[in-house]
Amino acid sequence: MDIWFLIEITLAGLAGGGLYALAALAFVIVYKATRVVNLAIGEMLMIGAYTFFGLSTGLSWPVWLAIPGAVVASALIGGLIERIAIRPMLGEPPISVFMVTVGLSSILVGVVELAWGADTHRLIEFMPRDPIVLGEAFIAPKVFYGFLTALALTLAVLLLFRFWRGGVALRATASDQGAAYAMGIAVPRVFSLSWVAGAAIAAVAGIVVGSIGGLSPTMGIFGLSVLVVVIVGGLDSIAGALVGGLLIGVVESLAGGYLGGEYKLLTTFVVLVVVLMVRPYGLFGTRDIERL
Amino acid sequence: MRIGTAKQSYAADQALFDSATQRTWVLVLVLALIAFPFVADPYWLYLACLVAINIASATGLNILTGYTGLVSLGQAAFMGIGAYTVAVLEQRLGTPAILNLLIGGTVAMLGGVLVGIPSLRVKGLYLAIATIAASFIVHFLFANLGVTGGTAGLSVPPAKIFGVALDTSFRIYWLVVPVTALMLLGAANLFRTRIGRAFIAIRDRDISAEVLGIPLLRYKLLSFALSSFYAGVAGGLWAYFFRVVTPESFPLQMSIFFLAAIIVGGMGTILGAILGATFMTMVPEFLKLVVGWTSLGADSLQYVAPIRIIVFGVLIVGFLVFEPHGLAEMWRRVRRFFHLWPFKH
Repeated sequence: MDIWFLIEITLAGLAGGGLYALAALAFVIVYKATRVVNLAIGEMLMIGAYTFFGLSTGLSWPVWLAIPGAVVASALIGGLIERIAIRPMLGEPPISVFMVTVGLSSILVGVVELAWGADTHRLIEFMPRDPIVLGEAFIAPKVFYGFLTALALTLAVLLLFRFWRGGVALRATASDQGAAYAMGIAVPRVFSLSWVAGAAIAAVAGIVVGSIGGLSPTMGIFGLSVLVVVIVGGLDSIAGALVGGLLIGVVESLAGGYLGGEYKLLTTFVVLVVVLMVRPYGLFGTRDIERL
Repeated sequence: MRIGTAKQSYAADQALFDSATQRTWVLVLVLALIAFPFVADPYWLYLACLVAINIASATGLNILTGYTGLVSLGQAAFMGIGAYTVAVLEQRLGTPAILNLLIGGTVAMLGGVLVGIPSLRVKGLYLAIATIAASFIVHFLFANLGVTGGTAGLSVPPAKIFGVALDTSFRIYWLVVPVTALMLLGAANLFRTRIGRAFIAIRDRDISAEVLGIPLLRYKLLSFALSSFYAGVAGGLWAYFFRVVTPESFPLQMSIFFLAAIIVGGMGTILGAILGATFMTMVPEFLKLVVGWTSLGADSLQYVAPIRIIVFGVLIVGFLVFEPHGLAEMWRRVRRFFHLWPFKH
């Protein structure tokens, strides 16, 4: 077995896993604050990527303007979704809210198809194109820079959570909604904030994923792997999202490299089943499932 | 106002169809279903069969999700197991169609029990995602096992009943609709037995159910088994109806479709699965009609698919937000209005 091949695959997996981690972060922010399992996470990524595509190619905005534009637009969409579809579901059983996000994902796919058609599109190239070589291992530049973006954004989010007032409010709401309300935190506003933040992060992840793999209305399938990541890592744990993302990224990459592409999703889901059987609340999740 | 429904015995009180009016309407419905194939054109017969198959599967999912409270996104995968079993049996052994359907249901049932085992440890959303995992693994098996014919799939010879090949919509109707009706009757009766009531108790509060002496694991597995048996038989009917089975025939979207159908119809009611499956199957056809009326011409066709997806999503979200009890609740309201008419309450 070629050791450099193994290293190359592992590195590619880690880099891809960074994107999973980023998307999982978007998921966890929403889940922590509002207890909503957002099955539409893949579609929110997709909306971000398509908005960027529309702004940069359709309206030919420069890249440095189109990226923030797409992020802001996605954040607005996230806030809108929370206000229209999620807020009325407060207090309903979690399964109902979960199904609302299933419906949302379907609406988002339909809107994208209506606006841009069902064909695949390519995003404009905006990352450096020199290949990255470590020893004899080669990493695709897009994947590498995507990983760097994911890393930087994750760090920024962690710092915001730690020091920014809104981040503190978000953490307070996550740990005890009632107490947070009583201490003067506007919990409904935190709910909106979490969806806005989640959508913005998802948009960044979407732009990177889209620039690596191209755009199509079926991009949302990426969200399935993200769901596996958050379940493996634990629904409400940021550390879990990061570790789970990298883990699933590497596992997928190894399965793809040594077994073949069609084994990727299969391996991911086998890992999921194993984790569910061993630690049903995920590797780092809070153990709040009632067990019988 | 409907009068004269005073019950004079416990048996009358517990009857499935408890009033003369209801029995009359059921009779009318049965007669209409018998007369339907003789008056309808092939397109409507095709739709009727499709609706009936979807009703059968949605009813199965309703047993699991609506009545027992275990959310599953694997219904399509279980249908696939049933469909493949029927296809293989019909192709290799040529056993009688009814037997094939039963075996298909049983194999799917075993699959369901296997998937249901984690339901001991996880529930709610974790279980939903575990069933997604199961359906991907099943999909992989379909595409890679030798006996399933790989990605090309299998073609299914027509079902034979008493030597008559059911190879047209008109003929298959006589297999699909009675089987579905039987399954519906079975489901309706299930919830008048202790098993069905145990399911409902588990849905309402599983810990209380256990305290009341209901063995949770056994009943959860039983619910999975029944639900996937329904899915398996529905999948078998599907195989006989479309006559070709491929791994792509039963995607995750199909599971979501069934979940949407019972939400729109009304979770935890027999009527809900019927109304929901009918409604969700007919909406796309209706949309095609509407788009056909508009003057967009040839361009209009490319909009049908996305609009259909959007409408699908809007229906799910809309029903959950505005009418969580679904079409069945609307139907009940209409019925109450006519019962009480001319009074308001």
